[in-house]
Amino acid sequence: MPFARLVEPTRLKVVDVVAEALAAVLARPGRAALTALGTLLGVASFVAVLGLTSTASGQISAEFTKLEATQVTVEDVAANPQPNDIAFPDNAEQRVKRINGVNAAGVYWTGRGADHTVSARPGVARSDATQGIQVYAASPGFFKAIHAHLATGRTYDAFAENTQQRVCVLGVAAARELGISDVEQQPAVFVDGKPFTVLGIFDDAERIPESLLGVFIPDRSYTAAWGSPKPGTVAAHMVIDTRLGAADVVGDQVQVALRPDEPTRFQVNVPLSPKELTRQVNNQLQGLFLLLALICLAVGAVGIANTTLVAVLERVGEIGLRRSLGARPRHIAAHFLAESAALGLLGAMAGTSLGVVTVVAVAWVKSWTPLLDPVIVLPAPLVGGVMGLLAGVYPAWRASRIEPTEALRR
Amino acid sequence: MTLATEPVINLQQVARTYTGPPAVKALANVNLTVSRGEYVSVVGPSGSGKSTFLNVLGLLDRPTSGRYLLDGIDGAELSERDRTALRGRRIGFVFQAFHLLSHRTAVENVMLPQLYTGMPRKKRRRQALDMLERVGMAHRAEGQAGQLSGGERQRVAIARALVNGPSLLLCDEPTGNLDSETAATVLQLIDELHSQGLSVLVVTHDSGVARRAQRTVMIKDGKLEVQLHAVPAFPEEGP
Repeated sequence: MPFARLVEPTRLKVVDVVAEALAAVLARPGRAALTALGTLLGVASFVAVLGLTSTASGQISAEFTKLEATQVTVEDVAANPQPNDIAFPDNAEQRVKRINGVNAAGVYWTGRGADHTVSARPGVARSDATQGIQVYAASPGFFKAIHAHLATGRTYDAFAENTQQRVCVLGVAAARELGISDVEQQPAVFVDGKPFTVLGIFDDAERIPESLLGVFIPDRSYTAAWGSPKPGTVAAHMVIDTRLGAADVVGDQVQVALRPDEPTRFQVNVPLSPKELTRQVNNQLQGLFLLLALICLAVGAVGIANTTLVAVLERVGEIGLRRSLGARPRHIAAHFLAESAALGLLGAMAGTSLGVVTVVAVAWVKSWTPLLDPVIVLPAPLVGGVMGLLAGVYPAWRASRIEPTEALRR
Repeated sequence: MTLATEPVINLQQVARTYTGPPAVKALANVNLTVSRGEYVSVVGPSGSGKSTFLNVLGLLDRPTSGRYLLDGIDGAELSERDRTALRGRRIGFVFQAFHLLSHRTAVENVMLPQLYTGMPRKKRRRQALDMLERVGMAHRAEGQAGQLSGGERQRVAIARALVNGPSLLLCDEPTGNLDSETAATVLQLIDELHSQGLSVLVVTHDSGVARRAQRTVMIKDGKLEVQLHAVPAFPEEGP
């Protein structure tokens, strides 16, 4: 008679292993909680670090896409400027606007430093003139390029520029200084005694905020009245508003578009691309904190290994009993592996929750949008389970080697 | 020979020597037959080889020579896996220290042996409750094992030993941790189980416990010296 029919080998179902492990963990919830604490903290910091860096960099790129990422500035960096040689050609604005991706562009320069006297009435002595107001020459596209918001009236256009009209646009601070709030009566501003009709007042500008203190005169009107700015003393600039993502491409082309004969005369400043910036932030913060989180996770695993090993020694009697009841060494190992994995899994689940709560709380306090990658959050508990499983390998091996005769003597 | 007529225990010239140095001959040429339904006690002073004898009988240890047939199956010829299976399915252990899982309920403790037999989960609980009923512990089925009294614990342990339907109840000092009054009730329970047809072997150093068996075997210096056919327990010692 084949022996197998007399005595069937003992077996252990996976579902029973899980049930036993959970029962063992829940039998001493306090100890289980303390054991899992290391894993909890490790996984929590892991999730929090990744969540916070992605949240923070998400905010940064949102800021930059709004404004900085669409701004290109051009400066005249000529080594030996010639007299009466303004770097930008007359039709600089039209040339740049032809580049694909440019929304608006404007050339501007500050008029002769602080030399101009500005007042709302004619014939004012220089000493009585309003201080702190800057006179700018700017091409018509300038206002759109700096995202100026008009409070009243309008800005001047290309026609006004071409016909060298004596008109101006005021920044809101300059308008307040001059006592001008209404443009319906066509008030005039006197610059060095020359009258300029105020067409409009803008109360906000996202770029070049000092322009709010300025009196803006069409560039050709300015040159007609005072001549070209002296190279070397007053540098002309160009500010360009590009479409999102076009800044780099525009930056590459703008020199040649402006001065095909002398492209190196200009220095072009393009923003850091948001992608690159995000990467920088991530690298700096994540590298350090992920290392800390990993250390925390490793400490947690060592904690589980230690406690499980102690539990093995403490439960020698139980191991012997189970062996006498028909448990094979591999069944004993499975029990302890499942227990340490359960500890790791439970700790990691609590840790993931804590990490998510941390990210959401920080985002709430900072009024940010919390960004959590499911690719990080969802496997996090499993990572803890795997750590627990690995931590249980040595204790489980030790447990499986315990002889029932030794165990039952106690 | 069918299983019913096969002796439960059949030891033929069994010896167990612990390899040295110095080599210790813990059991020497032991012959013993325990028939089905018999109640045998093994007595002997400490150091006599009693523990070794128990380990060999419980398939926890292998004899170095001789044959040990449990239910006619030679344990020495089996792989470790099959020996474990034979132990788990055919022997019910009762220990001096009870070895209950103190954080689990009585019924969970009784269900423990079925974990390894592949019995469906639904059946386990019912069988365990039946077994607790049999040892008079049904009313404490949901009590934490750690909160039971010593006598109650040993009853639960006996229920656990019986739940797989073993051929042999192997008791190692079953009353060693109990006061005499509680011990008497536990021994009474073992008597009852025997009277229902269970084969029982009790290892003890207590002659009062040994006397309750049908037959007492004395072990001394690794040898079965005297086989006493014990008189029934003294009437005044009975419950």
